[in-house]
Amino acid sequence: MTELGPLFLSAKLALVTTVILVLLGAPLAWWLSQTRSRWQPIVQAIVAMPIVLPPTVLGFYLLVVLGPYGAIGGWWLSVTGNALTFSFAGLVVASCIYSLPFAIQPMQNAFEAVARKNIEAAWTLGASRLDAFLTVAVPLSARGFVSAAVLSFAHTLGEFGVVLMVGGNIPGETRVVSIAIFDHVETLNYAAAHRLSLILVAFAFASLLAMFIINRRWSRR
Amino acid sequence: MSSIRIKHRVSFGDFSLDVDTRVPGKGITGLFGESGSGKTSLLRCIAGLERSESADSTPVHKRGVGYVFQEPQLFAHLNVRQNIEYGMRRNSMPRMSLDEVVSMLEIGNLLERSVSGLSGGEAQRVSIARVLCQSPNLILMDEPLSALDERRRNDVLPYLDRLHAKSAVPIIYVSHNIDEICRLSDHLLVLDNGRLVAEGELHEVLLRTDLPQLGGRNAGAIIEGKTIEYDRAFDLTAFEFSGGRLWVPGAFESNRVRLRVSASDISLSRARAESSTILNILPCTIVAIEEENTAASLVKLQLGSDYLVARITRRSSSALNLKAGDEVYAQIKSVTVRR
Repeated sequence: MTELGPLFLSAKLALVTTVILVLLGAPLAWWLSQTRSRWQPIVQAIVAMPIVLPPTVLGFYLLVVLGPYGAIGGWWLSVTGNALTFSFAGLVVASCIYSLPFAIQPMQNAFEAVARKNIEAAWTLGASRLDAFLTVAVPLSARGFVSAAVLSFAHTLGEFGVVLMVGGNIPGETRVVSIAIFDHVETLNYAAAHRLSLILVAFAFASLLAMFIINRRWSRR
Repeated sequence: MSSIRIKHRVSFGDFSLDVDTRVPGKGITGLFGESGSGKTSLLRCIAGLERSESADSTPVHKRGVGYVFQEPQLFAHLNVRQNIEYGMRRNSMPRMSLDEVVSMLEIGNLLERSVSGLSGGEAQRVSIARVLCQSPNLILMDEPLSALDERRRNDVLPYLDRLHAKSAVPIIYVSHNIDEICRLSDHLLVLDNGRLVAEGELHEVLLRTDLPQLGGRNAGAIIEGKTIEYDRAFDLTAFEFSGGRLWVPGAFESNRVRLRVSASDISLSRARAESSTILNILPCTIVAIEEENTAASLVKLQLGSDYLVARITRRSSSALNLKAGDEVYAQIKSVTVRR
């Protein structure tokens, strides 16, 4: 049953990452959808970078920044006494950056579809900016939140390059399922590689299918 | 509340808005002007949705200003009742109870419905109810009927009449439709290119013959009258006003009404026409004659303490040698009863 370890670790990493991304990503997605600032395209481009950058590039820079002599890694070390690299916490930080565009873009698209006048109506009815965001913009964008959650979860589950660079291969700490599959293939244990791979294929299909079905139901309403 | 100060200065690119006036603290103030004259911008400044130089910095949600948009802007994730409660829960001191508002707008049977199933007219009534239930100090209405077709419009207009009669809250009603303005408002502001070009009591402003906004098919006057007689045999009602009486087809429930006479429905003659098919021929005095264009003139007429505006050709004016002070007969071809 050693095979279940990496699966659980991947699921845990994906879950933690998804929760953080949806909670912290929503305000950023809202800002991107509403602002007329000239900084908007720049922020938008930075957010989208993980889509096009090779995971090794991302992983390399993250390794530098999160390492004990890096800006974030050094601070983390001084606060917690542990290094961020080659740890689960480091993987969470790396995954949040790696999966950021997959959380931001669906939420941003959903927010953009909410009529500006609808939000203004909430303001004139006595809702503060935050109130209107939480009680009108967010519920009306529920579809985008579901897509954001499913995509960030599935995408984090499938990450490999960044994990390898930042997390290495420590069982129970950083040995996620994609790394385990790589190991099995390296050691020519194709049977084990098949088992894990099939689980991932089935999960990826099921989660995307669920998302598209939910989206379809919603759009019919 | 005696009156409300409206003072806003703002520019958007090459368009600028500069308004400083007061509107009555009760009744409906019509804000009239062509599209692009800045009506909506002014409302948005009043609501705080647009920042203007001279406006106070109170955030939108604390202004106590209700806003009825062109489209109802109901929240799709809430049902009708929840939409109305959204504003109620965020404001204290209800001026009108939910029950009162619901019965006035006759939306009781809609309360548990989803907003996506409402017709355009129903949705707009719900949005008006939502604003009334938030108990604002001022209600802004931005062409609330313009997104509705003629039939749906008539689903909402009678409720606006009721609102006009019952609401204690002052309303600023934006429209480019003179009929709506004449029907609903008491006070009138005319906006042109971001500036107020006329303001005052509705019936007085309508008599301005020098404003292009109030010319053309918009030219006309309103008079207040009361029903005195109904001729059952011919289905005609007589209305009395200071200048005489007017016969209008149909029967009318309300006692006091507002009558609108369009300038193009009046012709003038020196002598009372005998055996004419026109029912309403009233003696009046010419107050002023203003050339409207190269072919037509607008003639301001006084009857008792009321006034009418007639459009005649300049040739007729010259043929009859009409001038201020002359006694003439106004032949009124049609009258619209507003309430």
